[in-house]
Amino acid sequence: MIPELGHFALILALVLSLVQAVVPLVGAQRNSMALMAVGRPAAQGQFFFIVFSYVCLTWAFVTSDFSVQLAATNSHSETPIMYKITGVWGNHEGSLLLWAMSLSLWTVAVTVFSRHLPDAFLARVLGVLGLVSAGFISFTLVTSNPFERLLPAVADGRDLNPLLQDPGMIIHPPLLYMGYVGFSVAFAFAIAALMSGRLDAAWARWSRPWTTIAWVFLTAGIAVGSGWAYYELGWGGWWFWDPVENASFMPWLLGTALMHSLAVTEKRGAFRSWTVLLAIGAFSLSLLGTFLVRSGVITSVHAFATDPKRGLYILALLVIVIGASLLLYAMRANKLMGGGSFALVSRETSLLANNVLLTVASASVLLGTLYPLFLDALNLGKISVGPPYFEAVFVPLMTPVVVLMMFGPFLRWKDDDLAAAVRKVAPAFIASVLIGFGTAWAVDHVTWRTVLGLSLAAWVVLASIQLLAGRLKERAGASAGSRLRSITASWWGMWLAHLGIGVFIIGVTMVGSLDQSLDVKMKEGQRAELAGYSFVFRGAVDADGPNYDAARGNIELSRDGRVLDTLTPEKRVYRAQGMPMTEASLDIGVFRDVYVSLGEQLEDGAWIVSLYYKPFISWIWMGCVLMGLGGIFAAADRRYRRLAAREAAGAGQRVAASA
Amino acid sequence: MKAKFLVPLLLFFGLAGFLAFGLTLNPREVPSPLIDKPAPDFSLARLDKPEQTFALKEMQGQVWMLNVWASWCVACRQEHPLLVQMAKQKIVPVVGLNYKEVRGDGAINARGMALEAETAMAIERARRWLSDHGDPYVLSVLDIDGRVGIDFGVYGVPETFLIDRDGRIRYKHIGPITPEALKDVLIPRIEELRRAG
Amino acid sequence: MKARSKRLMLVGGGVVLLFAAVALVLSAFQQNLVFFHTPTEVAEGKAPTGKTFRVGGMVEEGSIKREADGVTVRFAITDTAKIIPVTYKGTLPDLFKEGKGAVVQGKLENGVFQATEVLAKHDENYMPPEAAHAVEQAQKAATTLSQ
Repeated sequence: MIPELGHFALILALVLSLVQAVVPLVGAQRNSMALMAVGRPAAQGQFFFIVFSYVCLTWAFVTSDFSVQLAATNSHSETPIMYKITGVWGNHEGSLLLWAMSLSLWTVAVTVFSRHLPDAFLARVLGVLGLVSAGFISFTLVTSNPFERLLPAVADGRDLNPLLQDPGMIIHPPLLYMGYVGFSVAFAFAIAALMSGRLDAAWARWSRPWTTIAWVFLTAGIAVGSGWAYYELGWGGWWFWDPVENASFMPWLLGTALMHSLAVTEKRGAFRSWTVLLAIGAFSLSLLGTFLVRSGVITSVHAFATDPKRGLYILALLVIVIGASLLLYAMRANKLMGGGSFALVSRETSLLANNVLLTVASASVLLGTLYPLFLDALNLGKISVGPPYFEAVFVPLMTPVVVLMMFGPFLRWKDDDLAAAVRKVAPAFIASVLIGFGTAWAVDHVTWRTVLGLSLAAWVVLASIQLLAGRLKERAGASAGSRLRSITASWWGMWLAHLGIGVFIIGVTMVGSLDQSLDVKMKEGQRAELAGYSFVFRGAVDADGPNYDAARGNIELSRDGRVLDTLTPEKRVYRAQGMPMTEASLDIGVFRDVYVSLGEQLEDGAWIVSLYYKPFISWIWMGCVLMGLGGIFAAADRRYRRLAAREAAGAGQRVAASA
Repeated sequence: MKAKFLVPLLLFFGLAGFLAFGLTLNPREVPSPLIDKPAPDFSLARLDKPEQTFALKEMQGQVWMLNVWASWCVACRQEHPLLVQMAKQKIVPVVGLNYKEVRGDGAINARGMALEAETAMAIERARRWLSDHGDPYVLSVLDIDGRVGIDFGVYGVPETFLIDRDGRIRYKHIGPITPEALKDVLIPRIEELRRAG
Repeated sequence: MKARSKRLMLVGGGVVLLFAAVALVLSAFQQNLVFFHTPTEVAEGKAPTGKTFRVGGMVEEGSIKREADGVTVRFAITDTAKIIPVTYKGTLPDLFKEGKGAVVQGKLENGVFQATEVLAKHDENYMPPEAAHAVEQAQKAATTLSQ
């Protein structure tokens, strides 16, 4: 009964999304207040029904109702409650429902936080979001009904894939989806502005916090996903450049470009056409990513072509949404020309250059992702494009981005003197190169990659310090506290996020250059050495969990005779699917992780043990945290709230005047 | 409208056209060299009467399907109700190839297991599965070691082969059969093959 | 600077950047594409020598041998027609077993395939994309030292 209620609620949500799509758009066109006012309650009602529907599906999982096919194939009566709940989105149908729920959540947030927007504009935004939502809910209902019954019910379920039974997987998909889907708000703002023909600084200012928050979610989602891969997959890799990851990374790159482009549009009125295109592009890549993962066009050999209808449906959705937006863009773009002029040497130019580079980088990722499909289509052989391609393309493209990213903030808007600016940063730049060489030499690993990485990181850090010092000097005479307070939150956001990139680069470079690993056969009591650490194998014992059988190794980690930690890697076999899994054990530190996983047991009772030494790897995620914090600071800038309040007051006066 | 503003739209349509073409491909479709070739001959023990064997030529003169299944196969559960329904409607005779019933199951370590013991276990498991979920097959045969599966180029389970009256493989379906695939692809092909000869 | 020449510089810069990026992508493709070959193709000499490629097939029954150090493994990959001997140093993926599918990446040296990466095929269930993706990531055994 409850699954049917959920199904019914989803249908109601679809109806409301159609209402939300059509009525306010018509209202905005006819300038009818009554019609425009329908948008807000429709969006909120839709949210209610989607959440209701989602709760119903979760109910089927939690109560182990295996007459629901999805629960039967993704849950098990012995699965821990946490993974029963998260199992809901560990599959195609459930994750689509989560997608639709995120979209609806964003829409409701718009209705709550954008009261100051002009009615016609808000109506159009809600209309566009409603259209996208209708597309996705109908996709779910038509091709992937999560409430499908399985009659007769089975005695017990197949269980959630053991790899997904992990705390990281609890938060990764929701964060990622919030990010992905969040770009729909920037997209809807851009489309609404194109429709009304009003693409000015106000539009950019309204979009900025939304875009930034979506970007923060996406950053967090990608970071958590890579952290999960690192400790769960058992061999210490953290990024694989595979299609599923690329699908989330491409919108991230373009979203980063969009955030910066919006800043220029708001402050200087320039790049309007480019900003709109980026807003459409970032969301298009989110949709494309969904398509690539969902359609089975590019998936691994083990994924069955679920249903050709799904691929076709979502491709049609893609063509309608993106095609219509780009057509609208083509019709309106000539209105977008002009805007603030700027000289060749100016902050605008540096931002533009970085935007172009980020866009090109995103295109190169797209190309690498689609290339195997392309060759296969032309019958030119089966190939795989692996990490070497992406690294070969990515490093040269990102190097100028990082250099410019720290140089740009030293430049003035509109016009600056190149020679003077170069003189200003030259000492820091030269020092960075020296530090890069020096550090690489000190750790005895002088390769161009290490030197480049460390130099770039040093450049980011030194330039950040210089930037902050310069900013504090601006108000000589004031107390240190008041000088710090005078800096805006959005400036801190920029500063932190850029510094985060530096920290991230340190992590990537160090772990890429200096990590060490050793596969070794160990019997009880045997010792192995790696990177100055010694490992003593104290044997393995049975350690069965609620839904798996396991052997747990016991490895004593010590350095210079001092015991640091006891590591307990496991080899599990999940009962329901009979699937073996390696559960690594880590000793985490600020400057290094020591990572141990169990291989197989040999006939003589010895185990193959993999030992890894990963210097600075946690800096990768610390960098991501700084970037995320930067985004939060930027979005929380008081300016937006103050301006919003003023606009709301202005709108109130207009209403009062017209009444 | 200036032409240059149409560039993004045109680029996107190019990409979309390509993706649409990509949808018609199946990345897992290792092009089967067996299509339109005679099906590999085999003779295997029957699941219902293990002392008897079944050979390919016994289906000579009929259009039929060979469905590869195993009790450990998750996706088989998904297509099974459809097969049962097909059997009720007598759409086409389906022979089941029970594929590596024991050693294909990741949960069982079949190494070092005697063939007799493995066969007995396979029969027990397979029969129980069919009695639980319904038996849509004319009969099933036991491919204990997966040799026949290899001859047929079985990459994963389930797969389904459509075989004509002369014993040639005419179509291979990868993954579970969906109602759409049955309606739009399999049934038209079956009818075509029946008409053809 | 005149608006016209500024525009020219910007557009010129963009074009140069685009060409550089295209050149970069092409050369990266040239050097880093990994082709897939069957054991039969390798046996017929169709696979490149001295270049990294992938071979997929089944792990030959009874072929897995460990050397005394415990971590160097020898086995053979077959497509039932031809057999290619492989050596690999490192931990094998959980699902690597005789008689099961595997893909190895590496180079051919003196008729022996020196693998740097081994991917095991999951049991022969077809799965939905998420699960297949996760499983495949897990089934990658990579020797980080080889980088």
